[in-house]
Amino acid sequence: MSTKQMKITGFGGQGIILTGMLIGKAASIYENKYATLIQSFGPEARGGACQAQVIVADDPILYPYVRECDILISLSQESYTTYVPSLKEDGVLIYEENLVIPGKLPKGVKSFSVPSTAIAEDLGRKIVANIVALGFFTAVTGIVSPEAMKKAVQATVPKGTTELNLRAFDKGFEHHKNGK
Amino acid sequence: MKADPKGVLTGTHFLDGDHACCEGALAAGCRFVAGYPITPSTEVVERIAARFPHVGGMFVQMEDEIASSIAILGGAWAGKKVMTVTSGPGLSLMMEHVGLAAISETPCVFVDVQRGGPSTGLPTMPAQADIMQARWGSHGDYEVIALSPNSCQESFDLTITAFNLAEEYRVPVMFMLDECVGHMLEKVVIPEAEKIEVTPRNFTKKKPGEFKLKETDDSMIPEMVKAGDGYNIHVTGLTHDERGYPNLTPKIQDQLVRRICDKIRNNADKLYMAEEIMMDDADIVLVAFGITSRVSMKAIDMAREKGIKVGMLRLQIIWPFPETKIRELSEKIKGFVVPEMNLGQIVLEVERCAAGKVPVVPVSNAGGAVHEPEDIFNAIQGIVK
Repeated sequence: MSTKQMKITGFGGQGIILTGMLIGKAASIYENKYATLIQSFGPEARGGACQAQVIVADDPILYPYVRECDILISLSQESYTTYVPSLKEDGVLIYEENLVIPGKLPKGVKSFSVPSTAIAEDLGRKIVANIVALGFFTAVTGIVSPEAMKKAVQATVPKGTTELNLRAFDKGFEHHKNGK
Repeated sequence: MKADPKGVLTGTHFLDGDHACCEGALAAGCRFVAGYPITPSTEVVERIAARFPHVGGMFVQMEDEIASSIAILGGAWAGKKVMTVTSGPGLSLMMEHVGLAAISETPCVFVDVQRGGPSTGLPTMPAQADIMQARWGSHGDYEVIALSPNSCQESFDLTITAFNLAEEYRVPVMFMLDECVGHMLEKVVIPEAEKIEVTPRNFTKKKPGEFKLKETDDSMIPEMVKAGDGYNIHVTGLTHDERGYPNLTPKIQDQLVRRICDKIRNNADKLYMAEEIMMDDADIVLVAFGITSRVSMKAIDMAREKGIKVGMLRLQIIWPFPETKIRELSEKIKGFVVPEMNLGQIVLEVERCAAGKVPVVPVSNAGGAVHEPEDIFNAIQGIVK
């Protein structure tokens, strides 16, 4: 891997920016790679379109905006429709199985889906759906090791929720490893 | 002296440029901030509000920007290292007090996280169009120091430098982020307190009665006192004599205004702070700062692949402008390219110093998004042809 450019998208309140931050934190602090995160959001705190642009690289990142999207994570239909055209050929699409109905994809795109909200509900807290998706992303892409990602989760989530979040991560990770 | 460990969050972090600026201020010893939150600078004061009470500092959310900028001047005369934080629309309102800080020689830092203007403009999008405002926004003749970081790490590092320079020169120091650096997250390493050098305030050792508020030696920079130490002082925006008392004559005006300008102008070469990138063999030199300097690196890579010898002078201190350096370069290179996220501000300075000796090509952009590296590359190619 030299450089991977990705967009994490959904609506405000789903933990999109936090998910991007965890990827960046895991890569740059716990794996000694370089990472940038650009956050963009509308004036709405919740419900508005929201995206995090993350770049992970072996060398310093000069241009921090995603120009060629290698990986798109989409947790809402609106964000899927908006951002899927920016996904490059042979890129990777990860989407929320129950919230996104994918249409025609750019050539060669590999797509993976995870019912992250339903899995989170089974764990008792819908709020950790983004961490389920993060675990799934980790398993699918292998950009950052699960160990580094879990360290980032532990260092970031509020006290008292660490165990729940780590379980959510594992569930998402296993969902891919179990070939579902 | 070394930084107070209480304010230093030693460790490796993944922070945005705004948060890194807050940590830099804490490490530098800033303990009073007054502000009126505005996008895209809100994250700076958000973190300050959370962090300052734990280190013996104070943050006051004021009723507006005018109140914020005057409150910090009061805080400085009470003995604190002070800062206010805003974006373009707020900086416009604060300009009166930039002038007051300049004439009263109050050490203070104004953080401006630049967004698209004029007026309310583009609240959430980047620009670098306040550069001339930072230098010339208040009326009358005066000088400031202005810095611009191009990464989150540098937002931390240069905030400390900004505070140190404010103490050393007793001028308002403008810290010019752009929205991109402000809202971008990257790794930020904060060293141990004993590895951070901070400049303490130069308090006088003279006794009350012997001390004159604006008496200076060759440094042209007077010593300071603080409220409560028993000195009867008069701090005014009116033209004043060595004692600090109003004296509205052309002679005193000339002495005072020349001194507050010369203390920076005469030290301009000492205040040169820039990264010289691939300059050894460069025929063409880019002059850039902030996020634009990083985008420019892509253009340099593209040009070097085509065999064009391009380098970059990346300004960390923008004001005072590095006149000597640009004059020297214009004797030996073939041209300058000046990409900036405005319609042509620093390019005017480069043109002035190049004085017609070599072409100076602007790559302007009204703000809202960073340059496409191709646009900068095309300007480089234009000079070669």
